[in-house]
Amino acid sequence: MNFIFLLIGLLLVIVLFQIFRSSEILGAATKKTSKLFEDGNNRYNAILGVIFLIGLIFSIFWYAIKEYKNYNLPIASEHAPDVELLFWVTMAITMSVFVVTQIVMFYFGYKYQYQEDRIAEYYTENNKLEIIWTIIPAIVLTVLIGWGLYKWNEVTGPAPADSEVIELVGYQFAWASRYPGDDNKLGSYNYKLTDVENIVGIDFSDSASLDDFMPREIHIPKGKPVLLKIRARDVIHSVYLPYFRAQMNAVPGMPTQLWFIPTKTTQEMREEMGNDNFNYEIICNKICGRAHFSMKQNLIVEEEWEYIKWKKSQDSWIKKNPDYFANFLKNNANDLAVLNNDYERN
Amino acid sequence: MKETKLYEEKVVDAHEEHHEQSFIRKYIFSEDHKTIAKQFLITGIFWAIIGGAFSFLFRIQLGFPNVDLTSLSPIIGNWLTPQGKIDPEVYLALITMHGTIMVFFVLTAGLSGTFLNFLIPLQLGARDMASGFLNMFSYWFFFLSSVIMLTSIFVEGGPASGGWTVYPPLSALPQAVSGSGLGMTLWLVSMSFFVVSALLGALNYITTVINLRTEGMTFFRMPLTIWAFLITAILGVLSFPVLLSAALLLIMDRTFGTSFYLSDIYIAGEALSNQGGSAILFQHLFWFLGHPEVYIVILPSLGIASEVIATCSRKPIFGYKAMVYSLIGIGILSFVVWAHHMFISGMNPFLGSVFTILTLIIAVPSAIKSFNYIATLWRGNIIFTPAMLFSIGLVSFFISGGVTGLFLGNSVIDINLHDTYFVVAHFHIVMGSASFFGLFSGVYHWFPKMFGRMMNRNLGYVHFWFTFIGAYLVFFPLHYIGIAGFPRRYYSFTNFEAGKIESFMDLNVFVTIAAGITFAAQFIFLFNFFYSIYRGRKASQNPWKSNTLEWTTPVNPGHGNWPGKIPKVERWAYDYSKPGAKEDFIPQNVPYSKTPESNLPEDEHH
Repeated sequence: MNFIFLLIGLLLVIVLFQIFRSSEILGAATKKTSKLFEDGNNRYNAILGVIFLIGLIFSIFWYAIKEYKNYNLPIASEHAPDVELLFWVTMAITMSVFVVTQIVMFYFGYKYQYQEDRIAEYYTENNKLEIIWTIIPAIVLTVLIGWGLYKWNEVTGPAPADSEVIELVGYQFAWASRYPGDDNKLGSYNYKLTDVENIVGIDFSDSASLDDFMPREIHIPKGKPVLLKIRARDVIHSVYLPYFRAQMNAVPGMPTQLWFIPTKTTQEMREEMGNDNFNYEIICNKICGRAHFSMKQNLIVEEEWEYIKWKKSQDSWIKKNPDYFANFLKNNANDLAVLNNDYERN
Repeated sequence: MKETKLYEEKVVDAHEEHHEQSFIRKYIFSEDHKTIAKQFLITGIFWAIIGGAFSFLFRIQLGFPNVDLTSLSPIIGNWLTPQGKIDPEVYLALITMHGTIMVFFVLTAGLSGTFLNFLIPLQLGARDMASGFLNMFSYWFFFLSSVIMLTSIFVEGGPASGGWTVYPPLSALPQAVSGSGLGMTLWLVSMSFFVVSALLGALNYITTVINLRTEGMTFFRMPLTIWAFLITAILGVLSFPVLLSAALLLIMDRTFGTSFYLSDIYIAGEALSNQGGSAILFQHLFWFLGHPEVYIVILPSLGIASEVIATCSRKPIFGYKAMVYSLIGIGILSFVVWAHHMFISGMNPFLGSVFTILTLIIAVPSAIKSFNYIATLWRGNIIFTPAMLFSIGLVSFFISGGVTGLFLGNSVIDINLHDTYFVVAHFHIVMGSASFFGLFSGVYHWFPKMFGRMMNRNLGYVHFWFTFIGAYLVFFPLHYIGIAGFPRRYYSFTNFEAGKIESFMDLNVFVTIAAGITFAAQFIFLFNFFYSIYRGRKASQNPWKSNTLEWTTPVNPGHGNWPGKIPKVERWAYDYSKPGAKEDFIPQNVPYSKTPESNLPEDEHH
């Protein structure tokens, strides 16, 4: 196998060398002519341009149509269809511009190839044309911007009040999640409290933390807004959810958030895609070190009643880690007493 | 006016005085802009080979993840795992170095350093740069920066590996990735020297364009190349210092325990004491350079294309003034679009709205430029020299890569495409390929002026078609996997959602093979280039029958460029195929009084 490659390579080099040699000799022979070019290459290059153009446009569309199902991920969130529409409208506009300009350019290249008896047209400017091709793109762009910003404001606007709030913490190289528990309130945190056990630095001096739980898998309900409160522990990560058309960076020291409304459960998606192994994933999409490429976390979308049932079945973090909490109480007994006194005095 | 003349005479005298320069002064510590340009070019070519080879290495990992590279171990030795695969951290280092090398060392220093240095004095009618001394320093700072960057590849822990954008905290903390140790320190030191080099160069270019234009060379008679170079240089002066400050703050965070970019970090079992810093401050600073940098990379190429397309279409560039104004427009707008790299960085979404508007506006002058190039071809008399082909290729890439900017610049669409292969496809076409094609075009076109010999045109054609088709085959397919949500900077996709990777494995194999062929085709160019320097056919004085002033110098211009007086400029640079003229070109130094047969009514006023 390697031998064949070597042989082909060698052959190519010989062919190239022959092209080079012959043209050097020919070039030297026709040196005296004052013409701008000495051979028929002009025609070949013009024709090659046209062939290239046809090949390019054909292969782009051929692949785009043939593989549509493969590269176009199904949509699973409420805001995504509108964004998707804008995406495909932009695609239609840009592809038309692309196809028309490329055709025109390579056609001109072919049509106006050098002829000795012809002279190019001395045509320096045309303000009308300039204005036309300034204003038309400007109008098209205004429409795209207006539409885009309208959606952008919707997508990045405040999450609905009834959102399910989940904390998501990225660290090298995994995601941890924390749910607020029965009180529907996430307890506070402090990065200095982070250690091997308390991996997201929950601060248990805040009573809202006591019922928070940290599941192995992330579950979210279908049809309800989900608000992810995003943090990073060490370096920047990015929460990327391609099926929900959602993404937000996780930045150490600067909490971020994103929200969306899932519209298809994992089960529904499995059926739609005909793939029983399908899982939504939270993918890290900001370079974060050695195992960046394997930093992912399954995300399970289920019906709301299933979700509520699942939530009920989860034990709080302190229940799962009683030793840690006992230790915490012991170590902070003094502080807690002080806090308590302050509270009572006020 | 009198003073200029005196100055000129003095310069001429001075040049005659030290005609016999020592080897060192002539070829190494030279102050001659032509020699410095060649130094930049050769160094740039050196870097391009390394940058290209790196990309081929990581493409092997992406296309053939199971291949055993042990046979390469004499060259890349400890970069391999015991199984003969590329180590994941080495992979990150390779993409980081590939980006850094290509963006800064090849397409900034290699491209600007070569053509701004070479063409500004020659096309403006100047003896040399405003300050040959600073110009020399500009190259040697670049050289120093190159040596440091090259060294960083071989140090313990490997070179920087946080991506060419080196976002902290990843780049600030050696605990985070091994490349953030000594490798990253050297990266920062190297880039600091690089900024010094870029600044010395840019200040020189600007000063020269403003002050050393020959008599009659008004701003609106300057060839578009010079306009593009001037705007490039201005962008450099205004933006590179910001990169330096970003780098300095990062150096302080790394070395002196400051917290400019660091806050609330727990890493390697330890909560760091840094608080109050902002990780996205770095991104703002970086992209304040980074976005103008994109235009620093592409504008010189667009300038080169303007010149080559007009000359080889035997036709005036269409819409000269529109081209100038759109260059200026692009230049100004390029400073107010940087945060479109940060739509999902966590910055205020309102800021995202503002930058969406500004970003899409920049598409207008870019569109104007593309249309004008195409209009220049219309009813031309087109000669496909290799340079012309590369310029047409540039326009093709500028459009096909430019239109995808409308997706990425529109914040709401960017949410899903951000940091995917769609972005990789976009900038490799619009800035990487387009800019590279401008570089090639320039080398083929001005080679006769640089070395007094011609490059072999048939090899040029072979080189062009392999590279043009190759680049499309490499970069276009990446759009599809980008839309499919493939993140960039991934070592492997096998940990990805089940069932998806298989469907694109064939595409990745295809891209890798195309990349290999395209990379191999560059050796045709290298052979042609180096062979022609010594053995190419002797060039005539004006081989492309071009109008600009550089072709009025002798075939091998000496120190000072013109042996006698500097020619006076009488007209604009684009009098090609003027009706009534004896030949299809009238050089810029031919006065209207000598061409009564072709003068237009408005020419009489000049």
